[in-house]
Amino acid sequence: MILEGKVWKFGDDISTDHIAPGRLFHLRSNLEELAKHVLEDADPEFAKKVQKGDFVVAGNNFGLGSSREHAPTIIRMSGVSAVLAKSFARIFFRNAINIGLPVLECDTDKINNGDTLRIDLGAGVIEDKTNGAKLKFVPLPDAMIKILNDGGLLAHIEKHGGFKLD
Amino acid sequence: MGKTLAEKLLGAKAGKEVVAGELVIAKVDVAFFQDGTGPLAVRQLRKINLEKVANPKRSILFIDHAAPSPRRELSNDHMLLREFASNTGAVLSEINEGVCHQRVLEDFARPGDVVIGADSHSCTAGALCAFATGMGSTDVAVGMALGRTWFRVPPTFRVECKGQFQKGVYSKDLILHLIGQIGADGATYRALEFGGPAIDTMPMWQRATLSNMAVEAGAKAGLIASDNLTREFLKNYGREGDYTEIRPDAGAKYERVIDLNVGELEPTVSCPHTVDNTKLARELKGTRVDQVFIGSCTNGRLEDLEVAARIMKGKKRNSKTRVIVIPASQEVYLNALKAGLVETFVAAGATVLGPGCGPCVGVHEGALGDKEVCLSTQNRNFKGRMGNPEGFIYLSSPATAAASALRGEITDPREVL
Repeated sequence: MILEGKVWKFGDDISTDHIAPGRLFHLRSNLEELAKHVLEDADPEFAKKVQKGDFVVAGNNFGLGSSREHAPTIIRMSGVSAVLAKSFARIFFRNAINIGLPVLECDTDKINNGDTLRIDLGAGVIEDKTNGAKLKFVPLPDAMIKILNDGGLLAHIEKHGGFKLD
Repeated sequence: MGKTLAEKLLGAKAGKEVVAGELVIAKVDVAFFQDGTGPLAVRQLRKINLEKVANPKRSILFIDHAAPSPRRELSNDHMLLREFASNTGAVLSEINEGVCHQRVLEDFARPGDVVIGADSHSCTAGALCAFATGMGSTDVAVGMALGRTWFRVPPTFRVECKGQFQKGVYSKDLILHLIGQIGADGATYRALEFGGPAIDTMPMWQRATLSNMAVEAGAKAGLIASDNLTREFLKNYGREGDYTEIRPDAGAKYERVIDLNVGELEPTVSCPHTVDNTKLARELKGTRVDQVFIGSCTNGRLEDLEVAARIMKGKKRNSKTRVIVIPASQEVYLNALKAGLVETFVAAGATVLGPGCGPCVGVHEGALGDKEVCLSTQNRNFKGRMGNPEGFIYLSSPATAAASALRGEITDPREVL
């Protein structure tokens, strides 16, 4: 699959509180409304300006903190087609795959805010069309590729009647 | 080959010998949600017509994050959890019962169990030598329904602790110090295994603080071998029969060994806005504190409250510093009442609230104002955590929090002991 879109660049340690703030706890059963606040505490303009197909690109330890699956869910709902970071916190990483949001581990230093990226998910290649940089991302573990290819964890369980990861 | 605790625990539940890096499907012994993650989990199961639980007595829904409910949306979320418990036979832990992680220690987790919770601090039960970890709503929903989940067996960092704490220094200082050293992502995808002479003699309430905060270094689990202190803890809750001794093998292979002499530690504080931004309490002297929170799944146990009450007894809070005290569970609350701790806190000018997460999650019971400073015994100080991105959160032990409540500024508790 080929993805193409514009970059929203963030720093290190973007927590689930930046993505889905605790003060909006009461909106967790109203994801449409919660999604209007996605990443609000990192960039108050993001939710208003993000376009379908854009990428969230960050530094180390993206998604640290709470187990709230609402965080990757509202990133996906905002139209973002993948999150790229130098590293991810593990619960966020697993949640993202479970709900069908591609999360790609790569060196993001050469990618700048506003750049246009072209990502070949199958080949594992990222091209920064703005500055010409070519990057590779760390392949997902096989089990996660199986879950992602089935359309997320629920679809995987429904399809196989249980875990079928080997 | 010798095995780490993570390899032993996951191997036993996968029914085979396993080593770090391997993918396993493991039996789930305890699975739980809380009111922030449960409603989504219930809706996910309903989407695929799987509204059932594999093991009702060990599937629990905790109403703790917004308990009692401060607004109608959350009241409706709570209704959904009650309905799910009624439909499936799962256990409901009501608004009076307390924080999920404390309740799991008291009544549910056993040494050797696999425990999955839809809350990042589910690693707390590692203190009982359960393989306990946090996951998202869908993962736990599926694990609860099928009684199974998948894991990659994590490599392990062994944290080898020797020496004796100085007076006024606790396991909270140890774990804040460790996270300051290795960083908030220092143990990502790894298990932390705490051991050594200083852990062998450490009481359960302090062990629980270590395991609780493993995730703040990115770790998947914070494991501690079970021993006589574990047995005594279980016995106190009428569960001595749940005890089994589990230790790592002598020849276990660790990715890294971190040696700590706890006798060299001093009262430690995490500064805004990351847990690894640590300083010594004495270096922060003069930092104004508007609110002190003593409680949470990290430090809301009876002994934590005793430490704070000893410092505050017969004294008054600083007139500019409000103090909120929340026992972690109903059991803790009752014992704090019997021991006279609640009276001590109220007389000192503290506000004592019912068991639950309190202001830690930013939902209610003590949200910060703009530019306000809170010193809290909780586990996390991210921007916006306590309901306001303009607030500033510092983390410490109950002793440091109580001393600071008296002075109105961050205070090394050794100054008041």
